[in-house]
Amino acid sequence: MIDRKTPNKTLGESLRDHGLSRRGFLKFCAATASMMALPPGMVPVIAAALEQARRPSVIWLSFQECTGCTESLTRSHAPALEDLILNLISLDYHHTLQAAAGDAAEDARLQAMEANTGQYLVIVDGSIPGPDSNPGFSTVAGRSNYEILMETVEHAAAVIAVGTCAAFGGLPQASPNPTGAMSVMDLVKDKPVINVSGCPPIPMVITGVLAHYLTFGRLPELDAYHRPLAFYGQSIHDRCYRRPFYDKGKFAETFDDEGAKLGWCLYRLGCKGPSTYNACATMRWNGGVSWPIESGHPCLGCSEPSFWDAGSFYQPLSVPLTATSGDLLTAAVGGAVVGAGVATLANKQIKTAVANRQPVTVEELEEKL
Amino acid sequence: MSGSMAFLLWIKGPMFNIALAIFAIGLFARFAEIFLLGRKPNYAEPRAGEWLPGFKTMFTRSIADPGTFQRASFNVVVGWVWHLGFLIALLLFVPHVELMKGLFGIVWPALPNPVVDLITAITLIALVATLVHRLTHPVKQRISTFDDYLVWTVVFLVVLTGYLAYHRLVNPYPIALGMHILMAEIFLIILPFTKLTHIFTAFIARWYNGAAFGRKGVAS
Amino acid sequence: MSELTLERGLAAFRAEIDAPIAAFFSSCVHCGICAQSCPFYLETGDPKYTPILKLEPLRLVWEGEFTLWGRIKRTLGLQQKVTDEMLAEWEELLYDSCSMCGRCSLVCPVGNDLAYMIRKSREGMVQAGHAPEGLIAASVRAIQTGSPMGLQWKTLAVQIKHVEDSTSLTVPVDKTGVDYLVLLSSMEIINFPEYLEAITKIFDHAGVTWTLSTQCFEATNAGIQIGNKDIAAQLVERVVAAAEKLKVPNVISPECGHAYTAIRWEGPNLIGRPYPFRVFHIIEVLDTLRASGRLQTEGMESDRLSLHDPCNLARKSGVIQQQRNLMALVADNFVDLKEHGKFQWCCGAGGGVSSNERAEPLKLAAFKRKKAQIEEVAPERMVTMCATCRTQLEEGMEEFNMNIPVVGLTEMIADHLVEKEARS
Repeated sequence: MIDRKTPNKTLGESLRDHGLSRRGFLKFCAATASMMALPPGMVPVIAAALEQARRPSVIWLSFQECTGCTESLTRSHAPALEDLILNLISLDYHHTLQAAAGDAAEDARLQAMEANTGQYLVIVDGSIPGPDSNPGFSTVAGRSNYEILMETVEHAAAVIAVGTCAAFGGLPQASPNPTGAMSVMDLVKDKPVINVSGCPPIPMVITGVLAHYLTFGRLPELDAYHRPLAFYGQSIHDRCYRRPFYDKGKFAETFDDEGAKLGWCLYRLGCKGPSTYNACATMRWNGGVSWPIESGHPCLGCSEPSFWDAGSFYQPLSVPLTATSGDLLTAAVGGAVVGAGVATLANKQIKTAVANRQPVTVEELEEKL
Repeated sequence: MSGSMAFLLWIKGPMFNIALAIFAIGLFARFAEIFLLGRKPNYAEPRAGEWLPGFKTMFTRSIADPGTFQRASFNVVVGWVWHLGFLIALLLFVPHVELMKGLFGIVWPALPNPVVDLITAITLIALVATLVHRLTHPVKQRISTFDDYLVWTVVFLVVLTGYLAYHRLVNPYPIALGMHILMAEIFLIILPFTKLTHIFTAFIARWYNGAAFGRKGVAS
Repeated sequence: MSELTLERGLAAFRAEIDAPIAAFFSSCVHCGICAQSCPFYLETGDPKYTPILKLEPLRLVWEGEFTLWGRIKRTLGLQQKVTDEMLAEWEELLYDSCSMCGRCSLVCPVGNDLAYMIRKSREGMVQAGHAPEGLIAASVRAIQTGSPMGLQWKTLAVQIKHVEDSTSLTVPVDKTGVDYLVLLSSMEIINFPEYLEAITKIFDHAGVTWTLSTQCFEATNAGIQIGNKDIAAQLVERVVAAAEKLKVPNVISPECGHAYTAIRWEGPNLIGRPYPFRVFHIIEVLDTLRASGRLQTEGMESDRLSLHDPCNLARKSGVIQQQRNLMALVADNFVDLKEHGKFQWCCGAGGGVSSNERAEPLKLAAFKRKKAQIEEVAPERMVTMCATCRTQLEEGMEEFNMNIPVVGLTEMIADHLVEKEARS
């Protein structure tokens, strides 16, 4: 057990102990490289790096979440979860997956933190009721999520927020946000935070980020939302196989019309692909079987902040969120009243001007000659 | 949560409502300011009614008479090109049609995106041409005010940001789309207080013009 | 003693603003196309003569007092004010360089009736004491003597005597119950006495009963030109009183443009009630006679003739086809100017410009547009039906050494009447 908490073996040694062939290892490296859009020339570099890398200790914290992210991860195809847990990392704490329970489980976390101080990674799924919220909204072992998070990240090397709840607040934060839910990024300011958003995120992206960390010893390049650019650099729309239909102006207008059957663009059915940055269109789901748009449903934009509050899933992106023609009418009536006020003032002035009008006389005109 | 998406959602949400409210209040205030002034009774024996000639002029005045076309061809042609281009992009681009549908529940057919794209590019060029003309033609130079350059800038930016957003030339996209919608909102906000009111009042003005000429027996 | 002040001017501007004006100013996009329809801009090339710019004082009053934004700006002290200096500067723009021809009203893409607004602006200018001397003098003379040129009945009586001597016909004076009261213009009486002779002949020929009135013979209205409704209304009342006294059903406005629009379109509104009679331009009457076969003519003019449509008659009153019908009766080599009818070009002298001595150079400059139009079709003679236009055409063409005589259409018709004896 102690050995698990302080992984002294390199990844190469560990892999060989588990009987992984050199061929299998290189295959894994090639998969990782292609996933992160690295050139093939990087494969030997990755292999060499991973050979020497030590398996990092990972503490997985689950807060206000639905376990969908873990479910997603356990369906990860390449690299497979077994490899991830047994070979890539030392997963020292994870509610759903760990065997230990009660105090033993919490001890495992504390031990891992102590043994790997400054070097362990923290993965968070789920959002956290903020410091000003009722601490009882979500607790683990009788302690608030906020307390556990702050305690755990204090000596971490980096934090990976997995899923949109951890990354951006997600569903718990959706209006009216009854628990005062906050994202990891909102709370952790002094550690590198990397967001792997999505509801759930693509499993390969989670493992890909870990592989990158192991290979290069640092976090990958991030976008403005702290998401790894390798996976979130392009929008769904830009990589969508239905894009040519958008460009040609061919749209499905209902879910069962001819356009829908012919696989035309789903923009008018509310597709958020143009504003959503994720790798679904290229990596797809379930081992590359399909992805939402391919199965005929518009993108919900689940990897973006506020996606629950960004209007109806079935309203096109260009439709305003709350304005209605009724509001417009009300404003118009208000305007007419204001205008009537101005006009009344003006009419009064005209009346005065007319009433007080002095006729021009010949004498007055002659004065000017 | 700050960032591009928050910006877009604010632009599409509260800001859109604010813009729409200012637009509607301002515009209807202007309508009231116009119509409540009324007209004095006209006792002169008319040659013809006012309504029909008034309505006719609302449309016919869009076409320049041959002499004016000859003397101000640049003005007329470029004016037509960009007005038409702007209207086509506004009314016949799929996302805009969806916007109208979302707001008013009315749908009409849209043009294919590449067609709107081309028209938008032409509109941009025509708009630049109008600016050059305004800066160089002695009459336009003399009569132009701050208002004219403000309106030009806003109109140009509405079209330009739309073009950039469509071509996804600004990243991330929510910023691009947000900028475009924001410009459209600024357009709506300044509309009732600048010469942009002509979008609506020109038809009122034309009616009065056509009615005045019509009652004297002149088709205007 | 009261005097004309800026305050009175501003009040007059205010009082003139109505729904059309608010719609017009709301709609101007500063496209500058009005300049392309203005002979004063086109022939001088000076952008200050752009028609919409001439309306700036009226626009400022409208913006500052009649719009929400203007009121906000005024509260913030950002609204430009109309000053006496500004009006002094604008006097040239509103009078010297505008003949109120209304061409800009017809071409403005947003439909602004600019001539309507010029007319209204002049109300404010007069009240503010910024009208040109020439027009003030004409107005004073019109009120005091009954004629803007100071002409009196005795002068007309001499003309009547001449006409009666040369035609052996009687010129009816102060006859009640006749069909038509005929009005004249001072300029006609002095410069074109042929006109009176012509209508005497024509009406005799067609069997029309008519009369002149010693109480009021003058049709022109200096009050309309200077832009003051008090003066204008007094002058209209004189005509109405004369017509009512003689109980005529119809009044004929002479070959004069503004006299016709004054009495036909503005008059009833100036006195605030409809007339008990109808008003026609002499050309309308002649065309009606023609259509009912009461004009028997013989012989045709064979030289190349063209027509100048007076703005007030054509564009501003819809009398366009009538003069062409009459031309067809007596001319077989008639050619229209390229832009004619409602799109004709002003001679440059209307709207009070000809009474404003100071505007002489501008008046001549504006004429160059007409000159070019005439040169384009190269007629041997020009025909028109407005004494002011006719004078301007004659003087202008003389200035530019163009040997093209100008004739009045009424006289031309009179020259072709079949002699009474010849008719069976």
